[in-house]
Amino acid sequence: MIFVEDKDLVIPGDVLADEEYHTGRGTFREGKNIHSSLVGLVAVRDKRINVIPLQSKYIPKRGDVVIGEVTDIRFSMWNLDINSPYSGFLSASDVFGKEKRDLNKAFDVGDVLFLRVVDVDEVKKVKLGLKGRGLGKFKDGILIYITPTKVPRLIGKKGSMINMIKDETHCDIIVGQNGVVWVKGNPLMERVAEKVINMIEKQAHTSGLTDRVRNMLYKILGKEIDEEEVERIPEVDED
Amino acid sequence: MKTDREVIIIILNNNNNLRADGRDFNELRPLKIEAGILEKADGSAYLEIGGNKILAAVYGPRELHVRRIMRPDMAVIRCRYNMAPFSVGERKRPGPDRRSVEISKITADALRPAIFLEKFPRSTIDVFIEVLEAEGGTRCAGITAASVALADAGIPMKDLIASCAAGKAEGNVILDLSEEEDKEGEADLPVAIMPRSGNITLLQMDGHMTPEEFENALDLAIEGCQKISAVQKEAIKNRYGEENE
Amino acid sequence: MSSIVPEITRKSITELIKKGERADGRAQYDYRDISLEVGVIEKAEGSARVKIGNTQIVIGIKPQIGEPFSDTYNLGVLMTNSELLPMASPTFEPGPPDERSVEMARVVDRCLREGKVLDLEKLCILEGEKVWMIFLDIHVLDHDGNLIDAAVLGSVAALMNTKIPAVSVEDCKVIVDEENKIPLHINEKPLMCTFAKIDDDLIIDPSLEEENIMGARISVAMREDGSLCAVQKGGEDPLTREEVIKVIKSIYEKTKELREYLP
Repeated sequence: MIFVEDKDLVIPGDVLADEEYHTGRGTFREGKNIHSSLVGLVAVRDKRINVIPLQSKYIPKRGDVVIGEVTDIRFSMWNLDINSPYSGFLSASDVFGKEKRDLNKAFDVGDVLFLRVVDVDEVKKVKLGLKGRGLGKFKDGILIYITPTKVPRLIGKKGSMINMIKDETHCDIIVGQNGVVWVKGNPLMERVAEKVINMIEKQAHTSGLTDRVRNMLYKILGKEIDEEEVERIPEVDED
Repeated sequence: MKTDREVIIIILNNNNNLRADGRDFNELRPLKIEAGILEKADGSAYLEIGGNKILAAVYGPRELHVRRIMRPDMAVIRCRYNMAPFSVGERKRPGPDRRSVEISKITADALRPAIFLEKFPRSTIDVFIEVLEAEGGTRCAGITAASVALADAGIPMKDLIASCAAGKAEGNVILDLSEEEDKEGEADLPVAIMPRSGNITLLQMDGHMTPEEFENALDLAIEGCQKISAVQKEAIKNRYGEENE
Repeated sequence: MSSIVPEITRKSITELIKKGERADGRAQYDYRDISLEVGVIEKAEGSARVKIGNTQIVIGIKPQIGEPFSDTYNLGVLMTNSELLPMASPTFEPGPPDERSVEMARVVDRCLREGKVLDLEKLCILEGEKVWMIFLDIHVLDHDGNLIDAAVLGSVAALMNTKIPAVSVEDCKVIVDEENKIPLHINEKPLMCTFAKIDDDLIIDPSLEEENIMGARISVAMREDGSLCAVQKGGEDPLTREEVIKVIKSIYEKTKELREYLP
């Protein structure tokens, strides 16, 4: 039996369901029942109950793509801040292969990179890598920080939300799963994208968001809301 | 058959033996809690109870630079309770004194059992409690506010922690002593609980009580904590209330 | 992320400023939203809560009767103290005041003292023996840049809000009448404006982001009567003479704007 509904706001300790259900993210089992461990919204998928937190830190997971900043250069690796309680390292051999090179000629302190989380061990030491399409160093642009759990909302189903923002602002946008977003385009458009992304962050847990974002974009960009165009934008599943 | 507690209630009401501020023996002072009032901190809460004004803030989990206290298997929790120099009648010199150090420790001890520390090895959860104005019962108010700040910061917990004190003044066992009652009273009993289970995470007693009085006071404090827990829940839900239609 | 500013962020802020714009949409010489409340701490004889943007500071005033300094035997004492609370920023550590905290307290103190906010002679109770010591404690709760201007604004407001008990002297004994509280006599209202230099441009009221990339900063205090009473330059880079004069010339207008917020 379930005691809450999908999208209910719950707090740590709230009882969600009994032994008929499975524990998911943000929940724990105590005796027969499942409880929430976080402040967040209930998300029920078949018989699994999750609580999506409204506020959280990024905990690195293997396979994630993240945006990180070089904070230190050691003998054979770079240390990066990946917006997490855990920093990551990128080894020189990943970039240079077997050759010995000066590390800071490739990446210096303050550089921002798009990387993959290659591995995370039991004590959360994070190994990062640059092998992959589109990974590498960012040039120009601005960075925006959002709560990591809101990344899926920012991207939207099949990328619909983020693509809408890209199209309207004509900006390149890359969203790291660690809650760091890179935007590059005309400086004014960069700020428009920033406004929209911050709005999505604040309202990620509400419904009707896609319409509001679309309207906000049109308003800022001074566009008329074209009935025909509105029809053509695919519906986004609000989840 | 009336229990002892019911008898006491009747006697008090018949004699109109209310307290100096008009409260009944089991009444809390007016309580207000607001979550998420600071920008930089990961989580925060502002609490007023009686004349107390308390600010609690949480940073974490975050990287721990002091390797000496780092744990490979879980997060550590560090707490700093501090009173602003202007928070009391006679200005208090800035900096920790022995009382603040003790309160910092027992606060951390009171919060720790509720937190899923194992989820964040090699990190720290820092809790900062600042008393901007004091009026008796600041350690309990601090713990209550800190618990809301932890939830606000997204720290996973089994339950919130609610805290308040009961005590004895003029021979009567009462809840939530005011500054006056604490000063003139015979005993002070701060308590903190995890409201769902009623399990006690903070317990101190200071003064003079019989074992019966102690039991009465403990039950009174636990009841008080349950009422406070409801206000904590409200505060957290209100934080997201307007945005969540 | 980390306290090291990403290179691309530094670049984007700097380029915006070159065009006369700022990341939060402000103009070069605009302050962020300011709010100022007084009397927020009842136990303090005077208090204020000031917000500039997201920067938030509470100031409390606690008067005490004590002995004057030997070289100023007939003057009251103003003691300014500041605490950068660890809750205010991920980079603040608990512990004794670090150099930032001490510099801020001393700059605020200088501004209030040289600005002659208080008439210290009026705070003398018994020459050479008993004077009023006004303790001003600055408590920084939330740091989003430009703590100095906020601290000064809040301190002046808190002093304006302060009431001290009336005292009388009988047979060389000081009698304090707690029932009879009189407002502190406020002589002048000096306020401070801080400018930051980013590349070759000057902006007012730097946000934390802007402070983290600025080359230099200069804080200037001006009284209501238009005279300057304190200046402090900070930051690693030098300022040119022209830049300093430019700042001085704009202080009158800007402090006038800030003064509107005082009670």
